[in-house]
Amino acid sequence: MASIKIRAKLSGDVTTVKALIKHPMDTGLVKDKKTGKAIPAHFIQEVTCEHGGNKVMTAMWGAAVSKNPYLSFKFAGAKAGDTIKLSWVDNKGESDSAETQVS
Amino acid sequence: MIDMKRRTFLKGSVAAGAVSAALGAGLLTPRMVLAAWPTAAFEAKTVDSALDALMGSHQLEGSDKISIRAPDIAENGAVVPVSVETTIAKPESISIIAEKNASPMTASFILGAGAEGFVSTRIKMGKTSSVIAVVKADGKLYSTGKEVKVTIGGCGG
Repeated sequence: MASIKIRAKLSGDVTTVKALIKHPMDTGLVKDKKTGKAIPAHFIQEVTCEHGGNKVMTAMWGAAVSKNPYLSFKFAGAKAGDTIKLSWVDNKGESDSAETQVS
Repeated sequence: MIDMKRRTFLKGSVAAGAVSAALGAGLLTPRMVLAAWPTAAFEAKTVDSALDALMGSHQLEGSDKISIRAPDIAENGAVVPVSVETTIAKPESISIIAEKNASPMTASFILGAGAEGFVSTRIKMGKTSSVIAVVKADGKLYSTGKEVKVTIGGCGG
């Protein structure tokens, strides 16, 4: 599952990470128009980003984050060419991760 | 002797059966494995109880060192871009709360070593309400809010 698009750009000392994740982010409140049954909740709960074994950011998400979530944050201490790893876990235990090089 | 072994074997399989039954009944869902995810905070129905569950307090101190970038009017409540930036020294976490959502707590970003006080994401909003950013730093909670008008809600059908 390639569900993550990620980019990390270095400017001065600060690396800006931008990521797009493909995920339905169902809240569990929406009803299926055809069957009238509620679509069960299915959303990402935790996103982590690691750089050199150090967790630079951990995001705890509720179901109110939009479908196909976008995420951006900044951190200091990376050099060009460093690898950063982003991974997510959802409420059904599904997960995915992706790596990219800081440019 | 043989009978004894048969007993233990039976006992063992009964125990194993109980575990798989618990799994089947949803008692041991993957959600429980993620102990770090604060279920209570995300299921809380009010801003105060969500903050109590997540931070242990809802004593918010207004701060002009936090800025929220979000649209004044969001035509589509399903996708409201929100950016939070803070100049408070050593922020530990940034949380985004949509005040009038069924579950106000939307996202909480825990900032690790080296992380700057900036996060950006897109959230769903049920109706017009304040978006509150809460920054935890040095054991205190700082916050600021911004009103976002929602034309079409994004949390229901």
